[in-house]
Amino acid sequence: MSAEDMQRATWRMAHEIIERNHGLDDVVLIGLQTGGIPLAARLAEALAKIEGVEVPTGCVDVAFYRDDIGLRPVLPEAVTDIPGDLNGRTVVLVDDVLFTGRTIRAALDALIDHGRARQVQLAVMIDRGHRELPIRPDFVGKNLPTRRDEAVDVNDEGVDLGEMVK
Amino acid sequence: MSRAASASNRHGDLRNLLSIADLGPDIAAGIDEVMTLADSFVEVSERANPKVPALRGRTVVSLFFEDSTRTRLSFETAAKRLSADVMNFSVNTSSVKKGESLRDTIETIEAMGVDAIVVRHASAGVPRQIAQWATSAVINAGDGWHEHPTQALLDCYTIRQRLGDLAGRHIAIVGDIKHSRVARSNIAAFTALGAEVTVVAPPTLLPPSLEGWPVKVSHDLDAVLPTVDVCYLLRMQRERMHEALIPSLREYTALFGLTEARASKLADHALIMHPGPMNRGVEIAAQVADHPNAVIIDQVRNGVAVRMAVLFLLLGSGTAWGGDLDA
Repeated sequence: MSAEDMQRATWRMAHEIIERNHGLDDVVLIGLQTGGIPLAARLAEALAKIEGVEVPTGCVDVAFYRDDIGLRPVLPEAVTDIPGDLNGRTVVLVDDVLFTGRTIRAALDALIDHGRARQVQLAVMIDRGHRELPIRPDFVGKNLPTRRDEAVDVNDEGVDLGEMVK
Repeated sequence: MSRAASASNRHGDLRNLLSIADLGPDIAAGIDEVMTLADSFVEVSERANPKVPALRGRTVVSLFFEDSTRTRLSFETAAKRLSADVMNFSVNTSSVKKGESLRDTIETIEAMGVDAIVVRHASAGVPRQIAQWATSAVINAGDGWHEHPTQALLDCYTIRQRLGDLAGRHIAIVGDIKHSRVARSNIAAFTALGAEVTVVAPPTLLPPSLEGWPVKVSHDLDAVLPTVDVCYLLRMQRERMHEALIPSLREYTALFGLTEARASKLADHALIMHPGPMNRGVEIAAQVADHPNAVIIDQVRNGVAVRMAVLFLLLGSGTAWGGDLDA
């Protein structure tokens, strides 16, 4: 997937978010640290251009909510920053790659501590499969079938598929 | 990934926090790591529901052989906000009074399955001794005249919050240096971060030798005050003074107390700090304690977030056993 493909997918996802929510009233974008932050920013930019609305954008770090604390090293990458109260809002969680679903599970727990959102939707650039929990994305840039031991890297230049560094 | 990944290297095998030196080999990097983590816990503390599930199922015991309200409360609040279970071992009502040895007490506590022991004791070195027996993480919450590392970490955090980087700052620590574990931990931490420290006290309240201490010494508070970014006042610890080290508290206040007149000599940005509990009217005038630059309440507030960071680092982050964050 090239940078241009990613840009097109971002625009399509922005349109889908608007369509699904009949506009952008009460919509909040929350990027997951760290991979989801650039995509959340690009989506906010696209939404602003399409609808002329500045959507509140924040970020969440799920380190303290992970289910593998104690099993592997876990440290937060950044301070969580939720724009205002989430009660009654429609939250679009944004991440770069959806894999086992465990990070999203942790993010849902983290969000609930900031209020009861009316709805939570999930936008990801890449869905690579191998879910371990009943979680599915609402907006997908690209479905990319992978092997479990492959690594998916989403960056400014596009998406790379490589061998997991052992 | 970069910040988190390097953490495991920095701490190597940080299993206990007994002294500031335990944060090494690069102490400044270790302190920075705790402070960065504390930023996240300050955000948690500001929420309507200031609690995260990070240490669910872990048990923290507070084992205080010496009176304390704020440190004990601060540690227990920190543990509870991380969803850990807290056991409170109260020495005064325990079998220690019946003559149980320290080792038996520790073995008994550990047999109940605990993950961390927070210890305060009147004798220096007790936490280190406990750490040699225990398999759980041991955190020193103050041992005799030796160290009080979490106090130093929260003081560094409070200074950074108000003044930014500590490097190049001038900090005066005033008062009973001789009996102060807070002074020892703070000198280690402040100087590791590149601050310059001057200890200000009458000769009788200084240790017999300051050789090897990276500090300047002064007996003249009035001369030092205009040059400092932080004026750190220590409590006059009457309970630790078994000899007549000062002629009277009134004379101490006249020469070393931060009175209103003295506080006016401080630079406009200079902070006034105190580890608490304060003796208003002795080392600090009542009005000075309420000065806008007095950050004593900030120190208490930050203490919870910093202790959350320490507990998470030792029990949750996994850096404590030197694992690979990318695994």
